[in-house]
Amino acid sequence: MEYKTLIFKFLESIQISTFAYNFSLNLFKFKGIITIFAPNFEIFMALKPIKSLLALCLSLLLLSSSTKVWANETVAATKEHANAEEGAFNVTETILDHIKDDHSWHIWGHTSLHLPVILYTSKGVEVFSSSKFLDEHHAPAIYKGNFDYKIVEGKTKIVNTAGEVDKEASKQLWDFSITKNVASLFVSVFIMLTVLLTAAGAYKKTGIKSAPKGVQSLMEPIVLFVRDEVAIPNIGAKRHGKYMPFLLTIFFLVLTNNFLGLVPFFPGGANVSGNIAFTMTLAVCVFIVVNLSANKSYWEHIFWMPGMHWSMKLFLAPIELIGVFTKPISLMIRLFANITAGHILVLSLICLIFIFKTVFASAIAVPFAVFIGMIELLVAFLQAYIFTMLSAMYIGMATEEHAHDEHKELAHH
Amino acid sequence: MVVGSVAAIGAGLAAIGAGIGIGQIGKGAVEGIARQPEAANEIRSNMIVAAAFVEAVALFAVVVALLGNG
Repeated sequence: MEYKTLIFKFLESIQISTFAYNFSLNLFKFKGIITIFAPNFEIFMALKPIKSLLALCLSLLLLSSSTKVWANETVAATKEHANAEEGAFNVTETILDHIKDDHSWHIWGHTSLHLPVILYTSKGVEVFSSSKFLDEHHAPAIYKGNFDYKIVEGKTKIVNTAGEVDKEASKQLWDFSITKNVASLFVSVFIMLTVLLTAAGAYKKTGIKSAPKGVQSLMEPIVLFVRDEVAIPNIGAKRHGKYMPFLLTIFFLVLTNNFLGLVPFFPGGANVSGNIAFTMTLAVCVFIVVNLSANKSYWEHIFWMPGMHWSMKLFLAPIELIGVFTKPISLMIRLFANITAGHILVLSLICLIFIFKTVFASAIAVPFAVFIGMIELLVAFLQAYIFTMLSAMYIGMATEEHAHDEHKELAHH
Repeated sequence: MVVGSVAAIGAGLAAIGAGIGIGQIGKGAVEGIARQPEAANEIRSNMIVAAAFVEAVALFAVVVALLGNG
């Protein structure tokens, strides 16, 4: 029953903590679909003669609906490009435009959500809508506030009267805008709070002795997975309790944002976990936790490796010291690169349609994009798992009590 | 144009390396499972973690190639 008190504690800490973020329904939807279809699979196999027919119908359906959508988008895209710049379709530009952070969040067609811009300058705080950066023809414009602001290469800059970037003044500018990524983070916070508070409330109401119900039964296996597969094997049964809230927070945060990034329409689609600033924040948290919980023998192994000749100790110390920093850096780059690469892959496949300039290219591009999307679902979960597991491993390495120290002590006695 | 091609060659080399690496991991895992089917679950999870490490290195290269390109 110990684990239930643990979950209860964790959920309660989530309730208090504003650092509590998110959790994804998608995994459970995905799992749910599998479990729904699994019992019907035998019936499905009995219909073997018409199976191929069904498959054909399905692919035709997919093809017809997708071509329609993409055909519309092609028209829209060509129109936009004709307006903006008269040139060929630029794949790299389009893809990078989709994966980068932005001040507006595309909803459908020509409708976008213009997010607030929050700037801090020498004249104080200023808040205005990002739609002010566009004129009536959707071309970039200068907003006249305390200073004249303009977006240059995705960044807000102060411009002078001639319309050129004022570099000195721009250095004084602090941009705290609610961008697409920040808004998406709010969405994941909302999802996580909804799910976790529901589960926490249920534990509060029915206690930890009764069987889990509803959202609880979705939460419990995941929390137990993190505890039994990640925390205990890496940190150890004795010490893992202290680090469980941290590991669970990281796990759910990364998982939800990974899944939200895979949702192609409005509340998802922002590339949060594929943003290096986001992964860096997580990596810095891991760095702080690992180094604050490190014990004496961990530092001894870094600066004065026991059981080595002194010249070797001198040689190893800088290498081990670099290792302290490369571990969180590798965490940062791994998550960033995996998620960004996944987004780029899907977008490149969709871009094939625009490169070949025919709707029939979608017959190849869309099934491939769906296939890669399925792999990305696995990667989304896997990266959350690996990030958590490596954090747990680093914490485990930092808090480990070494056997040979005990031998030394035994020798002394 | 030249920069783009060199970056593409770099990404291709990274893909070769990752392909060899993941191939070795898959080979090892399948052999391990064939010898000890009862340890299949443990081997599989370790295989996935190791494959993710190899993949990450390839993705570092892809990122560098992209940065070089842009």
